[in-house]
Amino acid sequence: MAAVSAPTPVEVEQPDTDDLTVLDRPWVTIVWNDPVNLMNYVTYVFQTYFGYSKKKAEKLMLEVHNDGKSVVSDGSREEMERDVQAMHEYGLWATIEKQDA
Amino acid sequence: MTDGFQRRRGGGTVATFTGFEADLLRSLASQLVELLRNEVAAPKSGDDPLEELLDFSGPTTEPEDPVLARLFPTAYPHDEEAAGEFRRFTEGTLRDHKAQNAGEVIETLEEAGLPPELEEEGLVVDVELDPAGSVTWMKSFTDIRLALATRLGIEEGDEEYWLDLPDEDPRAHVYDIYQWVGYLQQTLVDALSRSR
Repeated sequence: MAAVSAPTPVEVEQPDTDDLTVLDRPWVTIVWNDPVNLMNYVTYVFQTYFGYSKKKAEKLMLEVHNDGKSVVSDGSREEMERDVQAMHEYGLWATIEKQDA
Repeated sequence: MTDGFQRRRGGGTVATFTGFEADLLRSLASQLVELLRNEVAAPKSGDDPLEELLDFSGPTTEPEDPVLARLFPTAYPHDEEAAGEFRRFTEGTLRDHKAQNAGEVIETLEEAGLPPELEEEGLVVDVELDPAGSVTWMKSFTDIRLALATRLGIEEGDEEYWLDLPDEDPRAHVYDIYQWVGYLQQTLVDALSRSR
């Protein structure tokens, strides 16, 4: 972690809640569309690995299919690396990104 | 010809293959194992030869073979250093697991009666998988399909192109195999989803 010494603030800014959410869960796992993986398989993986309901798993699968990608989980960097590795075990094309602030 | 996988009473799945089909699956799984062990997962060469020699922890750059590059995607597309670190810590394990999965497919087929050399005509191979074995086969089918698709250059929505290929084009035959493994995969996932 890098620390920057800042001048004494005149006014303390209140962070809004959106910022807090991002700081709390700053990383995301993205699954990308590929022409190979079957829709029922992708749904199955989202259900069994993440423990998502069938409805949520299907929604995410359709996002991948229709939009080309979907954010399937968020959390700490370590957690996301675990998720991405698991997705690669299942043959899904997954990457990690820092959540948009 | 096989009907694919059905749910087994008490969990898991079953499928019946002809000798030819079982032999084909074994051959696909063997090729996958060979590929996974073929290109050495070597660390990126750096400036310091000593550091390089001592660094046997894992590769940091994307594999050259496009199939391996698809099986082990770059996790941080915009951060080369982080991507290298991630690869160093995961690719070796992933390679081992994928090779083990394919090895288990071969083992199960042989235990179910597939001889080392297929000679007998009319051989029937009944495969019975417990829930864990079913997941292993499902993952391995995925890897096999990714490998075939990458070699063929399959893209989204190009089914017509492949189906229109003349029979004498060897790619037409490979595409048929790709579709067939996809069918097996589909029935396997359906059987597992129903038993959940």
